[in-house]
Amino acid sequence: MDPAAYVAAYKALGAGIAVIALFGVGLGIGNIFSSLINSVARNPGARDAVFPIGILGFALTEAVALFALLIAFLILFA
Amino acid sequence: MAAEGNTIDALSQFILVPVLGRVGESVGFTQSNLHMLIAVGLITALMMWGTAKRALIPGRMQALAESAYEFVHGLVTEQVGEKGKRFFPFVFSLFMFILFGNMLGLFPYAFTYTSHIAVTFTLAAIVFVLITVVALAIHGRKFFGYFFPEGAPVWLAPIIVPVEIVSYLSRPVSLSIRLFANMVAGHVMLKVFASFVVMLGGLAVIGPFVALLPLALNVALVAFEVLVAFLQAYVFAILTCIYLHDAVHLH
Repeated sequence: MDPAAYVAAYKALGAGIAVIALFGVGLGIGNIFSSLINSVARNPGARDAVFPIGILGFALTEAVALFALLIAFLILFA
Repeated sequence: MAAEGNTIDALSQFILVPVLGRVGESVGFTQSNLHMLIAVGLITALMMWGTAKRALIPGRMQALAESAYEFVHGLVTEQVGEKGKRFFPFVFSLFMFILFGNMLGLFPYAFTYTSHIAVTFTLAAIVFVLITVVALAIHGRKFFGYFFPEGAPVWLAPIIVPVEIVSYLSRPVSLSIRLFANMVAGHVMLKVFASFVVMLGGLAVIGPFVALLPLALNVALVAFEVLVAFLQAYVFAILTCIYLHDAVHLH
């Protein structure tokens, strides 16, 4: 096999490994929303106060997934 | 464009192209700059038009302008406190610029200028310089105490101080990459599913029916992207407010 094919193969592997971070992100987002549902179920009056915080937490956690995705893109295309 | 051969070319949508003919080419005026100007024009038009009448019972435009104003105003006063009111114009223009950039990018043929790290990092660098200058102006040398929380044991200083400094310096990086990566990922996803529609549609008899699936998914994704466009502008604004709070009050 010529070296270029190896490079392409390892690039694909590397991009796949880079998005393993999504494991943690999935756990994190699940955690955020389960706590959000829990708190709203226990105290429906707190919904308006808790909801923006939950969404902020979601956005911050989602960003981690996008960092991983970005690294994968860099490996594949840059 | 969408699907050349069997590869999906998802990143070509972010290439900058000069506009306005020869003049634009010679000064490097790209479609990104054009969309920035459009966004600024739209924001100005919204605020001017919305506040022109000053009706007691607001019309649609006035209600839109007022709710945008009140939303950011609430954000700033809630996060930074009374002292933060003088930063309101800054946070408001930042929020509106990012929001309109994200939203404009969702229109067909439009360009998302927030999908370039050069743009988002510039915005984040402005925020970073501002918070540092404000903190130095208000607290002087006491600002450097920020890097070592009070009450922590002194022998921990060699560990805590570098960590705090690195986390302070990484603020503009994470702020800019978050916005930029969100926009890029969203548009890449839209493009990938749009390519699926084209590729499947070209298949045999059954292709067009199967192609309906990614098409439906793309419709849902556009709705999701509208949410993300607002959310990222909100996150950028609220993190700016949190940093300003740190700068004004030092913890």
